[in-house]
Amino acid sequence: MNISDRLQKIAEQNVENIEQAKAEGKSAIGFYCLFTPTELAVAANAIPLPLCGTRNDPIAKAEETLPRNLCPLIKSSFGFAVSGSCPFVEASDLLVGDTTCDGKKKMFELLNRHKKTHVLHLPSNQDSSTSLPLWRKELDKFRDVVEEQTGVTISEERLKDAIKLMNHERRARKQLMDVNKNKPAPLAGSQLIEILFKVGFLADKKKGIALMEEVAAEAAKGSLRPEEERSADRKRILLTGVPVGLGSDKVIKIVEQCGADVVVCENCTGYKQLFQIDEDKPSMDALAEQYLSTPCSVMSPNTQRLELLKEMVTEFQADGVIDLTWQACHTYNIESFTVEEFIQEECGIPTLHLETDYAESDTEQLRVRIEAYLEML
Amino acid sequence: MQYAGIDIGSRTVELVLVDETGTILESFQEDTGFDPIAVAKTLTNKAEFDHIMATGYGRNLFEIAFEAPTVTEIKAHARGALAYFPDARVILDIGGQDSKAIALLKSGKVQKFEMNDRCAAGTGKFLEVMAKALGYEIDNFGDHALQAQDKVQVSSMCTVFAESEVTSLIAKGYDRSEIARGLHTSVVRRAIAMINRICPTGDIVFTGGVAKNPCISGVLEQETGRTILRPHDPQIVGALGAALLAKEKNQ
Repeated sequence: MNISDRLQKIAEQNVENIEQAKAEGKSAIGFYCLFTPTELAVAANAIPLPLCGTRNDPIAKAEETLPRNLCPLIKSSFGFAVSGSCPFVEASDLLVGDTTCDGKKKMFELLNRHKKTHVLHLPSNQDSSTSLPLWRKELDKFRDVVEEQTGVTISEERLKDAIKLMNHERRARKQLMDVNKNKPAPLAGSQLIEILFKVGFLADKKKGIALMEEVAAEAAKGSLRPEEERSADRKRILLTGVPVGLGSDKVIKIVEQCGADVVVCENCTGYKQLFQIDEDKPSMDALAEQYLSTPCSVMSPNTQRLELLKEMVTEFQADGVIDLTWQACHTYNIESFTVEEFIQEECGIPTLHLETDYAESDTEQLRVRIEAYLEML
Repeated sequence: MQYAGIDIGSRTVELVLVDETGTILESFQEDTGFDPIAVAKTLTNKAEFDHIMATGYGRNLFEIAFEAPTVTEIKAHARGALAYFPDARVILDIGGQDSKAIALLKSGKVQKFEMNDRCAAGTGKFLEVMAKALGYEIDNFGDHALQAQDKVQVSSMCTVFAESEVTSLIAKGYDRSEIARGLHTSVVRRAIAMINRICPTGDIVFTGGVAKNPCISGVLEQETGRTILRPHDPQIVGALGAALLAKEKNQ
């Protein structure tokens, strides 16, 4: 059975698994951002579900309430929730967001009218003396909210186990993504996105881990791609910027149609999530420290993103860097200037900055830019 | 051997023929209309060539219909501009429906580019709509704008909003040549922002249909203080570039 079919089967089973778990009294908690520690949900025996919207179809519904000139990710997330069209939002007993950007935090206020939404106050920098203590307190509050929702007391032991499990999942994700350090890339960017995206929804984390380890092992042995895509001459693109999932992966698809590869993503649906929580420190402290250090553009400054990019360009032997911004995402849009300057100076390669939304209307315009960029490399 | 380049743009299609030395033998132009491939067929029937390369927004359609190689407008314009000005480092192309600024390395390779094409703002289409709103012909819109004693500030860049801004300026009794001047200036300001993003100094090679407009290039020179270089026929630069690339590919 090929990967897509296997994923499809597991995904279908998963919806039943979630229903069953809920019938047995388990809670499901929906997350909107990488900053929120899913470990707290796992420790309380709840199912964490990633709800960040990546499809265009619920946006029209969202625009009945939200302004048009808002990032498509926020509109999609909101649209899914208010239209009742996403089974995972429907299954969630509690939604959790963070005050990452202005658009999201104000959207969560409105989302709370539809379903109970807890918002964590995320500081705007990663200062260990001022921001970290605040964030640490936010996590305490969040733990109380989760305990109240689930009726489970989150002991240190439970939390340690949850951290171990999620660390294992992140190692499996890393193992899978690292396969593409090989040249030619054994996995197409679109394949990689599909696996990572679908695994996120699995109620049984161990199933997802096993699948990723299996695919990584298979891919490491030889390419999982058709013969015509196995040329070592294909240009290798590193994608950075905003998160990308199924439905918002048009840039990856166009790159592939132009005969190049997105070998890896640096964004929060890709390499940015591959940290490890220190298992030796007191758990709540370790979670607070690690999650606050996420190199997202909402942080000011955000120099860790640049360091990560430099490391990845070398390790993945990238020929080019495409920096993607969703329309009206100010933080990534502005940071693109710094990224371009840094990559040019440190890695000696030009970047391509693209600003678009989830709709297909500008596919041809994007294609010209991407083709012209590939001609340059 | 003869080589052809065809640039299938949103408003016009150009075909350029060059010989073994890269000298232009002939060029043809037609309006794109609603069936770009039919227009491309008409043009290719007029010319005799051994190899052809396509560029412009219709290049992929052409590739399928004629099994010909393609190149993006960016690379084609860069190549075409270098044929006219071998030392060119910055190119501004304003066409019917998009505008782009291209920076070149000393070697002639594309170093960086910026494009505006999500809407008609700052493009030939914008000027066309505005000329019509003011009752001018597009071909001498620039000449009329140059005659203005003063200029009116036009702040809307969106074609739809600018049209209603023009309507209200007319209602306020402004002279139409002054409004025209204001519109030209707004197009130039947008182009300058794009040029400065990719290369803030040096001569600018100005191509595309809008380069024929004397007011745009005049204001561009005035506002940037940089020398504006215009090819003899700025509209065929993309097609010429494609023809030269076809020649270099096959020689």
